[in-house]
Amino acid sequence: MPIDPKDVTWITEPELGFWEATFLPAIMKGLKTTLGHVTDYRPVTQQYPEQRPILPQHYRGVHRLNRDEKGRVKCVACMLCATACPANCIAIEAAPAPPDWPDRDKFPAEFVLDELRCIYCGMCEEACPVDAIELTHIYDMTSETRAAMVFDKNKLLNVYDETKDNPVDPVRTHRGRLGPASELENLATLGPATSVERDDRAAKANTPGVIGAPPPAVRNVSP
Amino acid sequence: MNDWLPSLIPTLITIAVVLGAILTGCMYLVLAERKVSAWMQDRIGPNRVGPMGLFQPVADGIKILLKEGVIPSHVDKWLFLIAPAISMFTTMLAFAVVPFGPVDQAPSWLRFIIAPNIDIGLVFIFAVGSLAVYGVILGGWASNNKYSALGSLRASAQVVSYEIPLGMSVLGVVLMSHTLNLEKILSLQAEGGIAHWNIWYQPLAALIFYVSSLAESNRLPFDLSECEQELVGGYHTEYGGLRMVLFFVGEYTHLVTISFLTSILFFGGWNFPWIATPESNYFGAWLVKILVLLAKVLFSIFLIMMIRWTIPRFRFDQLMELTWKVFLPLSLANVVAVMFVLQFAWPPIVLLPFSILLFALFGFFTVTAKRMELSRRRRASLVMQ
Repeated sequence: MPIDPKDVTWITEPELGFWEATFLPAIMKGLKTTLGHVTDYRPVTQQYPEQRPILPQHYRGVHRLNRDEKGRVKCVACMLCATACPANCIAIEAAPAPPDWPDRDKFPAEFVLDELRCIYCGMCEEACPVDAIELTHIYDMTSETRAAMVFDKNKLLNVYDETKDNPVDPVRTHRGRLGPASELENLATLGPATSVERDDRAAKANTPGVIGAPPPAVRNVSP
Repeated sequence: MNDWLPSLIPTLITIAVVLGAILTGCMYLVLAERKVSAWMQDRIGPNRVGPMGLFQPVADGIKILLKEGVIPSHVDKWLFLIAPAISMFTTMLAFAVVPFGPVDQAPSWLRFIIAPNIDIGLVFIFAVGSLAVYGVILGGWASNNKYSALGSLRASAQVVSYEIPLGMSVLGVVLMSHTLNLEKILSLQAEGGIAHWNIWYQPLAALIFYVSSLAESNRLPFDLSECEQELVGGYHTEYGGLRMVLFFVGEYTHLVTISFLTSILFFGGWNFPWIATPESNYFGAWLVKILVLLAKVLFSIFLIMMIRWTIPRFRFDQLMELTWKVFLPLSLANVVAVMFVLQFAWPPIVLLPFSILLFALFGFFTVTAKRMELSRRRRASLVMQ
C-alpha cells in the first residue's frame, strides 16, 4: 500500500546555535546527568539468586504433563501438540489405553520433549484438547548433559507434581474454563512494546501503520 | 666515598612504599571505576566479594595471576613480551620525581619523593612519560594483527600530537616559577597560600593540561587506540592475562600521575588554607598534608571517571582538530602572555582575565567559523536537491 502523501513529513536539519556549537552546555548537562545519578542513586538491580523475579502469569517456562483426578496422565496421545510444535521437539509414542481407562482410546506410552529444542512458544498448550500439557514458571533448569534436558514422560509428570501446588502455577485450564493467564485485564504488562495510545499520531494516520504528520508546532517543512 | 649509603635505605623504603601504594591503588581504582560507573548507571556494581565488594581487586588479582599466559603463534615474540613491560615501567618511572607529601617534613626513614632535588623534574616526566607510547605502539605492532596495528597507529598520532600542547601548557607555570623542579613549584605555591595557586594565573593552561593528559593517557573520550566498537580491543587485542593487566596498570598509573601533576602544578599540592600551610608544624601535620594532596588527586580522578562516563568518544579528525587547531594556538598564546607579564613586570594576576578573554575570543571565532562552514554546507546540499 503506498503511503499517503499527507503522512509524509519533510524535515530539515535544525540550525546549530552558537552555544550548541561550543558543546559546553551539552557537556555540562551531561556531567549533571551523570552526577545526578550518583547523588540520587536508585538502582533497580535484583540480587538474582537471593531475590527471585515475580514473573507475569503468562510466563512460559518448562513444560509439565498434567494428571487427572485419579492421578493418571491426562494426555490422550492425539498428537495435536506434536503437530503444532514449530520446533518439532515433541515425540509421542501412542499405545492403546489400558482396559480400566474407559474414557479414552489411546494414552502416551512415551512422551519425550526436548527442552533444548523447544522455543517456549506455548503452541502445544494451545493445541491440547484435553489440557494435558502446560508451561510452568520454571525458568532455571540446568543439567550437565544434553541428554538430561530431553524430558521423558516421567520427568514431565514429576514437573507437574512439583508445581501443581505452587500459587503461580495453578492447573490453568479445566475443561472449558480458562485459567488466569487468559484474564487479560488482570495481567501485568511486560513492557510498552508496540501498544499504540488512543491519541497517538500513529493511530490517526491516513495510511494504516504509518506514523502520521506531527502537530504543526514541531513541523519543519522544507519548500 | 660512602656518601650515597645513608640515603640508600630511605630510598629503598620509599620505592617500596610508592610501588606498593601505586599497585594497590591501581587495583582499587579499577574497583572505584566499576563502582562509580555503576552508580552513574543506576546499577550496584561489584558487591559479591567481601563487604560492598571491597575484596574484588584481590579476587581479580588471584584470577589473573592464575591465568594461562598465551602467546599467539603469529606474534613477534620479543616485542610482544617487552611492550607491556615498557608501558608499565615508563609510567612508574615518571612517578619518581613527583612529590607526594611535604618533602621537608618527612621522617628520616622515608622520603615523600623517590628522587629529590631533580632540577629537570618536569622535563623528566614528559621525557619518560612520552616513552609510554612505545609500549602501545610496540604492543600493537608486535601483535601482527590489523586491529592492533590500527590501534597503535592511532595511538602514536594521538599521543605525539597531544604532547605539544601538554608541554606548552606547563611552560607558563615553569616560566612563572623559574624552575622545572616540582618540589620548588609546589613550595612556591604553598608559601603564597591559596591566592598563589597557579590555577589563578593559568586557568587556561590548567584546562589544556588536564584535557591533553587525558588524551595522553588514552582515557575516554580519547581512547581511540583501543575503542572496542571499531578495533576489538585496539593494541591489546592479542594480549590476555597478566600482560594485558600490565597495560591497564600502566594506564591507571598514568592516570594517578596526571592527577598528581594537576594537583601539584595548578592546585597547590598539599597546601590548603588553615589546615595545611608551610607554617603548620603540629603533630601529624605531614599526614594531614599527604591526605590533602590525596584528596585533591582523588577528586581529579573522580572527575576523569565522570568525564569518561559522560562524553562520548571523539572522532579521529575531531581529536586532531582539537589539538592542532585549538590547543596548540591557545597554549602558544598563553606562553606569550606569560612572557609579556614577566618581561614588563606586570602583576601576574592580569593573566587571569587574559586567559578568560583568550578562551572566550578563541571560542567565539572557532565556533562562528564552524557554524559558517556548516551553513555553507547546508546551502550547497539544498542547491543539489
